Amino acid sequence: MTFWLVLTANSITFGGLLFLLSAGFSLIFGLMRIPNLTHGSLFMLGAYIGATFVIGMFGVKLNFWLAAVLATLTVAFLGALAERFLLRRLPGDQLAQVLVTLGLSFMAADFCLIVWGGDPLSVATPPELGGFARLGVLVFPNYRLAIIVIAAIVAIALWLLLERTRLGAMIRAGVDDPDMARVVGIRVSQLFTIVFALGAGLAAFAGIIGGPILSVYPGLDQDMLPLALVVVILGGTGSLLGSFVGSIIVGFIYNFGQALLPELAYFVLFLPMLLVLLLRPQGLFGRHVP
Amino acid sequence: MSGRYFALGIAIVALATLPNWMTGVYYINVASQILFYAVFALGLNVLVGYAGLVSLGHAGLFGVTAYATGYMLQLGYGHPIAILVALIVSLFAMAIYAALSLRSTGIGFIMITLALGEILWGLAYRWISLTGGDNGLSLQTRPEPFGYSLSDANAFYYATLVVFFLSLGAITIFVHSPLGAALKGTRDQPRRMNALGYHVWAIRFIACLFSGLLTAVSAILFVYYTQFISPQTLALTSSAEVLLMVISGGAGTLLGPIFGAGLVVVVKTVVSGFIERWNFLLGAIFVAIVILMPEGLVPGSVRLWRLAWRKRERAAKVVSGGAEAKP
Amino acid sequence: MSALTIKGLCKSFGGLHVTTNVDLNVEPGERRLIIGPNGAGKTTLFNLITGELTPDSGSIELLGQDITHVPSRRRAHLGMARTYQIITLFARDTIIHNVTLALLGLSPSRWNPLIDLRRQGHFVENAQKALEQVGLGHIANRPLAQTSYGERRRVEIAMALTQNPKVLLLDEPFAGLSIDERRDVHQLLLAIPRDVTIVMIEHNMDVALEFAERITLLHFGEVIVEGNRAEVVADPRTREVYLGH
Repeated sequence: MTFWLVLTANSITFGGLLFLLSAGFSLIFGLMRIPNLTHGSLFMLGAYIGATFVIGMFGVKLNFWLAAVLATLTVAFLGALAERFLLRRLPGDQLAQVLVTLGLSFMAADFCLIVWGGDPLSVATPPELGGFARLGVLVFPNYRLAIIVIAAIVAIALWLLLERTRLGAMIRAGVDDPDMARVVGIRVSQLFTIVFALGAGLAAFAGIIGGPILSVYPGLDQDMLPLALVVVILGGTGSLLGSFVGSIIVGFIYNFGQALLPELAYFVLFLPMLLVLLLRPQGLFGRHVP
Repeated sequence: MSGRYFALGIAIVALATLPNWMTGVYYINVASQILFYAVFALGLNVLVGYAGLVSLGHAGLFGVTAYATGYMLQLGYGHPIAILVALIVSLFAMAIYAALSLRSTGIGFIMITLALGEILWGLAYRWISLTGGDNGLSLQTRPEPFGYSLSDANAFYYATLVVFFLSLGAITIFVHSPLGAALKGTRDQPRRMNALGYHVWAIRFIACLFSGLLTAVSAILFVYYTQFISPQTLALTSSAEVLLMVISGGAGTLLGPIFGAGLVVVVKTVVSGFIERWNFLLGAIFVAIVILMPEGLVPGSVRLWRLAWRKRERAAKVVSGGAEAKP
Repeated sequence: MSALTIKGLCKSFGGLHVTTNVDLNVEPGERRLIIGPNGAGKTTLFNLITGELTPDSGSIELLGQDITHVPSRRRAHLGMARTYQIITLFARDTIIHNVTLALLGLSPSRWNPLIDLRRQGHFVENAQKALEQVGLGHIANRPLAQTSYGERRRVEIAMALTQNPKVLLLDEPFAGLSIDERRDVHQLLLAIPRDVTIVMIEHNMDVALEFAERITLLHFGEVIVEGNRAEVVADPRTREVYLGH
């Protein structure tokens, strides 16, 4: 019985982490109409940079949360540069933009190998969240509970951003109809840079937050990108609610699949994605078809 | 025009005599790799360059053929049967792949093929009873067509060269045929082609099968070359690499994918002796080409060469014209 | 037997009715003009006739044969050809290759992966003939990218004519042309023999009215007035549609 409870709790935690990863991917896909194939690399970069701050550089060790914020800002900045100087040179050419993100993912992966080498880095759980909580029969790590809370907070913050701010309204307009948005005077290309940076930052944040659970290793990007893809296809592009629901679903499929059908684990994960692409391409809550 | 045939002739002679002037088994093996990866790239180019459909899951199909060959050999069958079964299985796999991915075009096609490639990779990785998982499958011997052994590098190179020429011939004929013209038409104006009486889906499906055949052929050469197949060959990075070969050389051209295959293989094998992190280099080249020379290195270089030639001619005219104007 | 008969054709997108109960009867050899203000649903009607859109209800008959459920790619084989309002030609190819593709679409050779298309004499000859018909024979091998807008309009017409259609649908063939170019295209269209039935959408009244024998006026997807030139021009509803009163 405890086995199922732990599995369920882990699924929700993983779902929370996936939400942090996929929300940005969904926004980028919804607004710029491209699957950002660099997204896994941005997750990994954030994890590596954050881990480095936590472990300590030049003898200076940073508080976990400060490290997370710095990593997020750094990668968001890099994302803004990539969009401004590379993607913006190919306006309207989605295919070419996808290829650029693919090339960048190669570069980012090797860059991490150059700087941090081939050994995995472990990230210590922040001491204030160490230890376990007792929930009835279940003994569950505090940090994993914290991830759920963090994901919920970020979800609410993003929702407020999209629904209650002017920037959010512009983003939603751009997602619905970029041409119309331009006509109305919205600077869509600036919006692209902002959203790409936001997405990159969120991915990096997810990376370092996930550090204590997943650790950081070469190939982390290849492990996370397909998951972001499945979440967004299931949930629907450009939809925050879709990312949220999709993340929980994928969290469950991933964990239960690994536990019960290890031989078909990836099959079980990608089959729903394939079915959605074939039968209902806009996903559960998507704004438009990819 | 004749200049082109002359260059072609020289290339054929050079390739046919390569073991005579290229010293070292290592470099002959690199040449073999370039040739069968070129067949792989030419196969992908049927879709990317001529059909306008970018597939990010082709390494999965490549892997299906390689695993099928290895598995049949493990079951104890001889090479001819193993190869035949592998080709049939691959064509079936491609038919399913095409039927699923042709529900969409553009970005949708990319996503579906990416998903299919990941599913095939996942099966190779996790279906351990069938594929051996991470340990992969090993092959013990190479085929002996007409009694000739292919176990040494030179012999294998010649066999690969023959297959390469046959494949290049097949795709050249296809590109200049009515069906090839129809395929290119569906790339440029699918709606118009439909109105003109063409069955756009069927044309694309046939193109997928042709692409699958070339992919399967290259995979058979690959698995006999390396005597080994593991899940890594089906990963997204592998699909991205062959796509890089097509796009860096020039999609929609005959020489482009060959050149691209050469570029990527040389960077992976020879250059990696000097630069450890060659993936970074590949990625950077890819980004640079997509932004600066999107038509690819082969057409792009030809264009720059022609520009430079015309500038020289114009400059020469100015000089001679000026000289004549003087009394 | 009429060339083209449409009965009760309806199409809506969500709540928007773009085609409402359209009846149309075009006799063989007729020159029919379809007019109407912007948004009247003229191009949508063409898309329904060629099969690129599926009607919600109603029927379409081509030369006595019900083609309502025939896929659009087959309609070209049944004798229907069409030009487009926005030029959709094959920009990477030469003019003559564009026309060759139009010829090839109706030939069983289009499935052949073995022969060399450049060596098929009958395609080259017929394509050249079609280009000469529209006055572009001298630049047959020019890349389409190096042609003018007026020349491209004529390539479109050559492509449609080379299919030897029984019913030719022209969607704004005069759009964007200069006065001289319009005159040339007009002459071209006049030269088309009577075994081809022509249905044309046009905005440009002076040339179109001269060309048309019968006129159908569409507004908000419905047929408002139909008749010969004199009748339609005199009808008060025509004035209402265009001027609002």
